[in-house]
Amino acid sequence: MSDKEVTVFTHPTRRQALTLMMAAGSAGLFMPNILGKGEAQAAPPAKPTGKVIIGFSQEPTVFNPHMPHIEVDEGVSFSIFDPLFGIGPDGSFYPALAREVPSVENGGISADGLTWKIKLRDGVKWHDGKPFTAEDVKFTLELLVDPNFRSWRKTGHEHVRELTVVSPTEITWKMAVAFAPYASILAATFIVPKHAFDGVADKNTAPFNNAPIGTGAFRWGNRVAGDHIELEANADYFGDGPYLERVIYKYIPDLTVLYTQFKTGDIDVIGLQYITPDHYDEAKSLDGKKVNVVPMATVESFSFNMEKPQFKDPAVRKALYAAIDKQTIIDALYYGLPTPTESYMPQQSFYYNPDLPKHEYNMETAEKLLDDAGWELGSDGIRAKDGVKLSFTNSTTAGNHIREQVQQYLQQSFKELGIEMKISNLPPAVMWGDYWMMSQFDSVVVGINFLTGADPDTSDYMKSTSSAAKGGAGQNTWQYANPTVDKLLEEGGTIFVPEERKKIYFKIQETVRNDLPLLPLFQYAIVRGHKAGVDGVEPNINVRIDSWNVASWYWAS
Amino acid sequence: MFHYLLGRLWQSLVLLVIVSMIGFAVLNLAPGGPLSQYALTPGMTQEALNRLAEQMGLNRPLPVQYADWLWHLVQGDWGRSYRDNQPVLDVIGRHLFATLLLMGTSTLISILVGTWIGIKGAVKRYSVFDYAATVGAMVALSIPTFWFGLVAIYVFSLWLKWLPAGNMYTIGDGSFGDYAIHLIMPSLVLAFVNVAVWGRYMRTATLDVINQDFVRTARAKGLPERTVMMKHVVGNALLPMITLAGVQLPSILGGALVTETVFTWPGMGRLFLDSLGYNDYPVVMGLLMFSAMLVLAGNLIADLLVAFVDPRIRLG
Repeated sequence: MSDKEVTVFTHPTRRQALTLMMAAGSAGLFMPNILGKGEAQAAPPAKPTGKVIIGFSQEPTVFNPHMPHIEVDEGVSFSIFDPLFGIGPDGSFYPALAREVPSVENGGISADGLTWKIKLRDGVKWHDGKPFTAEDVKFTLELLVDPNFRSWRKTGHEHVRELTVVSPTEITWKMAVAFAPYASILAATFIVPKHAFDGVADKNTAPFNNAPIGTGAFRWGNRVAGDHIELEANADYFGDGPYLERVIYKYIPDLTVLYTQFKTGDIDVIGLQYITPDHYDEAKSLDGKKVNVVPMATVESFSFNMEKPQFKDPAVRKALYAAIDKQTIIDALYYGLPTPTESYMPQQSFYYNPDLPKHEYNMETAEKLLDDAGWELGSDGIRAKDGVKLSFTNSTTAGNHIREQVQQYLQQSFKELGIEMKISNLPPAVMWGDYWMMSQFDSVVVGINFLTGADPDTSDYMKSTSSAAKGGAGQNTWQYANPTVDKLLEEGGTIFVPEERKKIYFKIQETVRNDLPLLPLFQYAIVRGHKAGVDGVEPNINVRIDSWNVASWYWAS
Repeated sequence: MFHYLLGRLWQSLVLLVIVSMIGFAVLNLAPGGPLSQYALTPGMTQEALNRLAEQMGLNRPLPVQYADWLWHLVQGDWGRSYRDNQPVLDVIGRHLFATLLLMGTSTLISILVGTWIGIKGAVKRYSVFDYAATVGAMVALSIPTFWFGLVAIYVFSLWLKWLPAGNMYTIGDGSFGDYAIHLIMPSLVLAFVNVAVWGRYMRTATLDVINQDFVRTARAKGLPERTVMMKHVVGNALLPMITLAGVQLPSILGGALVTETVFTWPGMGRLFLDSLGYNDYPVVMGLLMFSAMLVLAGNLIADLLVAFVDPRIRLG
């Protein structure tokens, strides 16, 4: 559901940036399979051996990676398909179907960012034995903007012009505008085979969509609807691996049951939604299991609808922020797992600004802010100013118990200040429908990953022209409008040198921290676990799902 | 008889259309929609959602969407799932086997054990057995299945390690024995409650019959007690059970959501919940029609069956 806030993002390091744009390709020359072997004790087996069962609490059902899907679907896609180049845990790109990660230095990208040239790996075969060529890349990029195809995402791809197949192993195109986030978007774009759609009238119902053919480490086996998906090792995989004969994605809808089956050993790896925080203490001490806390890119915030009269006064937003006892919320309700934050940017990002003013929980400050701004207590115990009562609703997904407790806690704190907060929670489909997208709420508690693809650009969330309620195209549901931020976002999207970009995004974070359209609470962390015998399992904050490097997983014998 | 059947079928058809209209309206009028689950995806925009809605035909007026759906249904096309793009009938068919296996086994157990307990309890009314059965039934009816299922898993899987913690079969095995061993816990947990239900009904029905005049007459004729019980009492007491079984048919095929969830059983109950959660309208509508048909068919069959076995009832 929409409420599962695990998403793609990047924390491009200097190294990645250099790889992409300036330096020689050396930094990008390792395979994903090599990653994650840091703690491996045993060498992988000579040939694929054994099977791994990964438990998910949602069912993967969409196997065409370019149709609308959820995180767990990407888990399957990562096993079956490859992008041109992917993104590793440290934020650097690694080549996959491309022979090298395109950069200005190696001629892959022109200095103005408008001409792209990708050299492809030779001798790669699709799972059905047909050769992979530049035609497939062209087909994929065209499919993404095909008006008759239910394309998941057009962002970035819509700028691509003049796609030209130079040779079976080389493809070039022009960009209509210089769009720096495109590299990160490509790193999340899986290449699909052209021949699977030959003669197919409606691409939305192509047989391929339910029996995908890829180039990846595992080939499609079978699916038992409502239960599991079975993939088999692809012996012809161009990279290292696979080391497992079979990978099974098992659907276990209840989190308690998911954890129980992890305990009993019925599943080898506990995937999305992982181990619930209340089970962390017990899970740590389980025999034969490796359990660790991993940061996620999602930031939890108390978000305002800035067009509501109650929230137009910055003093109100500042006062509410001062009245939030973050640490208590984190420790008492979230078992101390998340990290408090001041920014919407994940702290592992190269673009994260660590020097933002620190939040301080202080009720007196809050009270003074409101008094000074002229919000006076009325006879009903609620503050008001110029006929506007400091009363509002707060909404989130109904049934999210921890969040509901957070709301009740905040309700109490705010009440002490003479602020009335009414809790009005909605089922997910309603909450994140028009209510959220069209800014019909007063305030919400929400966890969002703000970054576009794997890039620091947040135009869709923060540009004044991105509010759907005002006829815009994005998801600026706060209706946040600051000309400075608009200008900076525009500038940041066209700069290809990370050190230069960094300054801009630092400034944006500073402005947003000052304006407080959202009160940043914390950055999420999850509790992951797998059997001690499974080697190669490595978290990657830059992708949405665990199995991104399943090609390099193996059983330590 | 034929006219009766024709009349019932015609009634059923009208009912189905009404049910589908109400279902379709309620489903579509609820706020949110099939696309809202994508709203929090990074980079998702209202523009993209609008484009998808248009491609999927979700922005058409509701009556047009309904007419379109009905027109396809009449032609035998139940539509395709929004989630996995499979034809709705295939989706339902795939989950039906799992449900039939679990519910079939469990219902069989509960009917056999339940009627036995019911008869015995009625015959030896106010005996220790009867009291034990009554108390047991109350306990069984009040225990939440979810909790009971988890306790069973803790005891038999984690602690004693006798039975698997769930799932329909071991992936890669799937032999008869493998299915059987996976079936034990969920079917018994599910039967636990239903035994109580059947037992209570059967006890009441038996008591009802046992005090009738014809039973006394049978005894007065000098028939052996066994014949009196089997032929006159149980035979007549089973009649209302046929109606009950007919009414229960839809729930048997409708799946047991809680048990399926605890034991990760890929049945109809979970399909319904998942489809509802994702606003997968075609599948939800398909399931709605399917269960409506089952309710109607179940009642019809029960009525016919009762008329068949009970000479006092004549249809038509």
